[in-house]
Amino acid sequence: MDAITFAVQLLNGVQYGLVLFLVASGLTLVFGILGVINLAHGAFYMLGAYFAYWISRYTGNFGLALVGGVAMAFAIGLALEQIFVKRLYGRDHLAQVLLSFGLILVIDEVRQILFGKDVHSVAAPTWLQGSIRLTDVLSYPVYRLALCAICLVLAAAIFYVIQRTKLGMVIRAGAENRDMTRALGIPFDVVNKYVFAGGIALAALGGILVSPISTVFPGMGDGMLIISFVVVVLGGIGSVAGAAIGALMIGLTDTFGKVFFPQISSILIYVLMAGVLLWRPNGLLGRKES
Amino acid sequence: MAHVSKLWRRGAFALVIAMAIALPIFAPTYYVQFAAKAMLMGMLALSLNLVVGYGGLVSLCHAAFFGLAGYVLGLMTPESAGASMWLSLPAAVLVAGAAAAVIGALSLRTRGIYFIMVTLAFGEMLFYLFHDTKIGGGSDGLYIYVKPQLAIGGATLLDLENNHAFYYLALALLAGATLLVRELVRSPFGRALCAARDNERRALSLGFPVFRVRLTAFVISGMIAGLAGYLSAAQFGFVAPQMLGWHLSATVLVMVVLGGVGTVLGPIVGAFALIGLEEALKASFEHWKLIKGLIIVALVFLAPGGIQQLAALSRAAPVERKGPPAAPQSTEALSNV
Repeated sequence: MDAITFAVQLLNGVQYGLVLFLVASGLTLVFGILGVINLAHGAFYMLGAYFAYWISRYTGNFGLALVGGVAMAFAIGLALEQIFVKRLYGRDHLAQVLLSFGLILVIDEVRQILFGKDVHSVAAPTWLQGSIRLTDVLSYPVYRLALCAICLVLAAAIFYVIQRTKLGMVIRAGAENRDMTRALGIPFDVVNKYVFAGGIALAALGGILVSPISTVFPGMGDGMLIISFVVVVLGGIGSVAGAAIGALMIGLTDTFGKVFFPQISSILIYVLMAGVLLWRPNGLLGRKES
Repeated sequence: MAHVSKLWRRGAFALVIAMAIALPIFAPTYYVQFAAKAMLMGMLALSLNLVVGYGGLVSLCHAAFFGLAGYVLGLMTPESAGASMWLSLPAAVLVAGAAAAVIGALSLRTRGIYFIMVTLAFGEMLFYLFHDTKIGGGSDGLYIYVKPQLAIGGATLLDLENNHAFYYLALALLAGATLLVRELVRSPFGRALCAARDNERRALSLGFPVFRVRLTAFVISGMIAGLAGYLSAAQFGFVAPQMLGWHLSATVLVMVVLGGVGTVLGPIVGAFALIGLEEALKASFEHWKLIKGLIIVALVFLAPGGIQQLAALSRAAPVERKGPPAAPQSTEALSNV
């Protein structure tokens, strides 16, 4: 493998990792702060991509699809938190698993009613549609580079909110010790619904951003859900930095695994997860959960 | 259901058994096959409940053990003959048990939400193993043209191509598995498993080998799931990666909760109820999955105790429970110690 091919694969791996980070950070925040396991996270990734397809088909504007899709997902998240999830904060994980499984079935079927089960594609904005020539045979799409940039900006924004703002402080305190935060009179329960809706919006955002480079299809959420779980297990529940490390590890392992070990590439990330579990059962940056 | 006398309950139970035995005599073939399918799902739910209900461990990979055993039968069946059941059945159950031992040993290092995610991920690993590689025909799956043979020295003991014979085999094995789980949860082993569920630290400090007890339960449960998967593959003559997928695991979890977590017979009742419901919905609605999803959501909020709670409510009995029964609280209770 020559240097340019290597660099292209590296870029692909990082870009995949960055998208994974967006989706998994939403998941890890919901886990860590609300203590809720949301199996429907992948369904919102899928839904985001379908929203992008739907809005851009009628308006032809990808920017509008981006904003509109995220806003719709956020609104759905707020509604779900108020109607269902709120009632499950004190309940066991089994109830949360069942609720989110039920929601997956409902979301999948509603998607089928609204959008059918065809595979779709979404056009990137025209000014990002070209590609950069690297050699005579290799070129790199501009949209993929832009995607990396967008993800980096978003990642920086997430870290800024969590580490530097008042809201982030409340979120971190809640993730550290829920009861103590409440006892100190910090309005932690007020942020719950925004954390849940924000997590879902991040999943949808991931789906919207990848829609121009991958196809939009019904089963896309399931695969993403599992990989996000692996990312969270690697990084540790509730740790956004852990999610970043885990996402990059998975992105690179998967991309280079497909190049070097195509036969077993699909199980490599699970081998990685098994290794981390043996070494650090609570994830690389996770706290002990007991 | 405290006010139902023990005698009545025994009588009702005996009646159900008698009906199960008599069913093939009067019911059309379709219902016999349907009942056999539901019994195998009941066996899978029974196995999952050992871990979820008595161990307090929410596993989302039991479909993987179920499907794996099915694939063992598929791979051991020659092109135009049946596999020997004496060989293929133990092989399938042992492979499922071995997979449960490896996955369990890794997953049981974690607790709560982690355990759910890790079991889900390992289950999906097995799904992708069969989906993406050529081991078992890839995403198309494998056909099992001839059912496994149960014979001694050339004399066939039981012809499984016969629907009634298959039904009675499934019924007998379900009864065996139920008795096994019943004895298991009443034994000191079962008590230790429940103790670890209710308070892990206390169980540990009392000297119970919590990890070993849980792993043993996980492996036994995986083997029963494997038995169900083997029979299911034999019944349909077909295995596909979807058999290992987590949607089946979650559906079986719904059966367990529907029938009652932490009761031996509940999951079997739940399996019959859910499969019957699915069949009825499929026949009447195009978008039946939407209704199934809504019913699951309603179950979580309105009847976390399952059918038993619904029955109790409909009689307006004074046994009103607040929240779910004690059993599934465990994971949360553990993390708050």
